[in-house]
Amino acid sequence: MRAVDGVSFAVAPGETLGIVGESGCGKSTLARLLLRLIEPDAGGVTFDGEDVRAASASRMKRLRRDMQLVFQDPYASLNPRLTIEDTVGFSLLVHGTPRAEARERARALLGRVGLDPRLYGRRYAHELSGGQRQRVNIARALVLDPRLLVLDEPVSALDKSVQAQVLNLLQELKVERALTYVFISHDLNVIEYVSDRVLVMYLGEVVETGSAEALAQAPKHPYTQALFASAPSMDPDRRMDRLPIAGDPPNPIDPPSGCRFRTRCPFAMPRCAENPPPLVPVSATHEVACYLYEPAPAALA
Amino acid sequence: MAATVALGEVPVVVAAPMSYWRTVRWRLARDRATLLAGGVLALIVLSALLAPWLAPYDPTAGSIRLRLAPVGAPGHVLGTDEQGRDMLSRLLWGGRMTLVAGLTPVLVAFVLGAGLGVLAGYLGGIANTLIMRTMDVFYAFPSVLLAIAISGALGPGLANTLLSLSIVFVPRVVRVAESATVQVKSLEYIAAARASGAGVRAIVRHHLLANVLGPILVFSSTQVSLSIILAAGLSFLGLGVTPPAAEWGLMLNTLRQSIYVNALVPALPGLAIFVTSMAFNLLSDGLRDAMEIRG
Repeated sequence: MRAVDGVSFAVAPGETLGIVGESGCGKSTLARLLLRLIEPDAGGVTFDGEDVRAASASRMKRLRRDMQLVFQDPYASLNPRLTIEDTVGFSLLVHGTPRAEARERARALLGRVGLDPRLYGRRYAHELSGGQRQRVNIARALVLDPRLLVLDEPVSALDKSVQAQVLNLLQELKVERALTYVFISHDLNVIEYVSDRVLVMYLGEVVETGSAEALAQAPKHPYTQALFASAPSMDPDRRMDRLPIAGDPPNPIDPPSGCRFRTRCPFAMPRCAENPPPLVPVSATHEVACYLYEPAPAALA
Repeated sequence: MAATVALGEVPVVVAAPMSYWRTVRWRLARDRATLLAGGVLALIVLSALLAPWLAPYDPTAGSIRLRLAPVGAPGHVLGTDEQGRDMLSRLLWGGRMTLVAGLTPVLVAFVLGAGLGVLAGYLGGIANTLIMRTMDVFYAFPSVLLAIAISGALGPGLANTLLSLSIVFVPRVVRVAESATVQVKSLEYIAAARASGAGVRAIVRHHLLANVLGPILVFSSTQVSLSIILAAGLSFLGLGVTPPAAEWGLMLNTLRQSIYVNALVPALPGLAIFVTSMAFNLLSDGLRDAMEIRG
C-alpha cells in the first residue's frame, strides 16, 4: 500500500508549514517518515543539507535532538508508569545528561509550558487532563532543544477552549526558541491560524500548496474548495445547503487512476482518469494539481 | 485583583500525588475479600512452613489399630487415614508438597514466559514466528492431557511433576506477554522514546517492561490455583509425589475407597485444595483490580 506517494516539499527555517487533509490521507505516516520512525520505500529527507536516511545509528541519535514530534493522542503518548518530570527528562538521560540536571531542566520546561512543577512534576499522566497531557507532550518534544518540531494533530483531541490555549502556547514557544514547525491537522481553521504556508493532501498526494492567505482567499483545487466549504461558518447567512463533498475517500490500497480525487470531484473530466495532473503554478506562491488550471497553450493564435 | 487569579490557577486541594505502588497498596488495604484471601493464604503457607513443629505425629507412621478414626477422635483432632496415620500431621506436611508443586511451575513460567513473550513481541518478524509457533504446538494439547503425557513419559516424582507443569504453563504466559508487548509497543510513547534517540535496551527497560510486567504477573497469579489442582491431580493419578509422602492429591486418591466408611476424613484434603486455590484466585482478582490504571 502506498500511504504517502510523491509528496515533496521543503520547509524553510522559522517557517510554519501546515499540512491539511482528511483522516487517512497519510498525514501521520508523513510525520513518522520525516522523523525516520518508519523507513520509506523510496525518497528521502534532507535536514540542513544532510540526508537523514543515510545517517548512521550514532549520527541519527544526534540528529534526533534537532527534530522532535508532538503526538496526536494525549492518552497513548505518555507512559502511564512514569511521573511527568521523568517523562520529560527521559530524553535528556538518553543523551547522557546527569540525572539531577535532567530533572531540573525537565521541571523548568514544565513550568514554561504552564504546569507548575511543584504541583505536577511528581504526578502521573492519568492524573492530568487532556490539555495538560498535551503540554507535557510539548515539553517532552522541546527538552532536547530541537530546531524542527513536527506536530501531528496536536490539538485535535482537545476542547475548543483548550485548543486555543495550546495553540497560543505553541506560537509563543516558536518565537522564543526560533523553531520551525510542520503542523499537521485536519482542521482548516487551525491550519489557517498557525501556518505561513499550507500543503493540502488527498489520499497520500499533494493537491495544492500555497501561502495561507492565498489558499484561504482563493482555494483552487476542487478538493480544497470543498474542504473550506465544509468548515462550519460563524456567519448564519452563510448556511450550508448541500454537502460540499460526498462519500468517503477511495480505498488507498487501490487508488483511482489519474487524479485520485476524480471519483468525488464535481468537475471530473475524461482526461482526469488518464494521467495524474502535475502541480502547476497559478501565482508566485500558489500551486495546484488540477487540469482545470492548466496554463493555456502559449501559441494559441 | 488576587481573587480573580486564584480560582482558575490554584487547585483547591493540593494533595501529595501518590506513587503508583502506594496507590496499589492503598486499594488493596480497602478490598476486604482480597485481604481475607490473603490472610487465609498466609495461614496456609505458614502452617506448611512450620509443619515439622506443628504436626503432632510423624506423617508417615501409622497404626493398624487406629485406622479411619473419625474427626474429633481422642489424640487425633482430624481423625486418621486408611493406614491409621494422623490426618492433621499429613495435611500440614502435604501442604508443603502441594504448595511447592503449585507455585514452582508458575514461577518458572512467569520468568521464562515473560522473557520469551516480550522478546517475541518486541522483535516481531522471524523471532516472533519462531517463538510463537513453537508455543502453539504445546498450546494445541489440553493442559491436563499435556501434563499427564509428559509426567507419564518421565515417570513419577516431584521433579518430573514440576517439569511437566512448567511446560504446561510457559506457553500460556508467553502468549499473554507477547500480546501485551505488541499492544504496548504500538503506543505513541514508545514512538516518542524512539524519536528521542533511545536505544532498544532503554526503551524495553523504562517504557515496555514497566507496562507489561503488571498484566503478566496478574495473569500468572490466576494460574497458581490451576497449577495446584493439576499437581494434586497428577499425584492422584499416581504420577506425582510417590507414597508414602503426604500430598493433598495423593491423600485424596488413597482415601477415596474409604469414603463410605467415613465421609468427612477423605473430604479433608479436597477441602484443603479447594480453599487454597480459591484463596489464590481471589487474591489474583484483587491484585488485578488494584493494579489497574484508572484515568
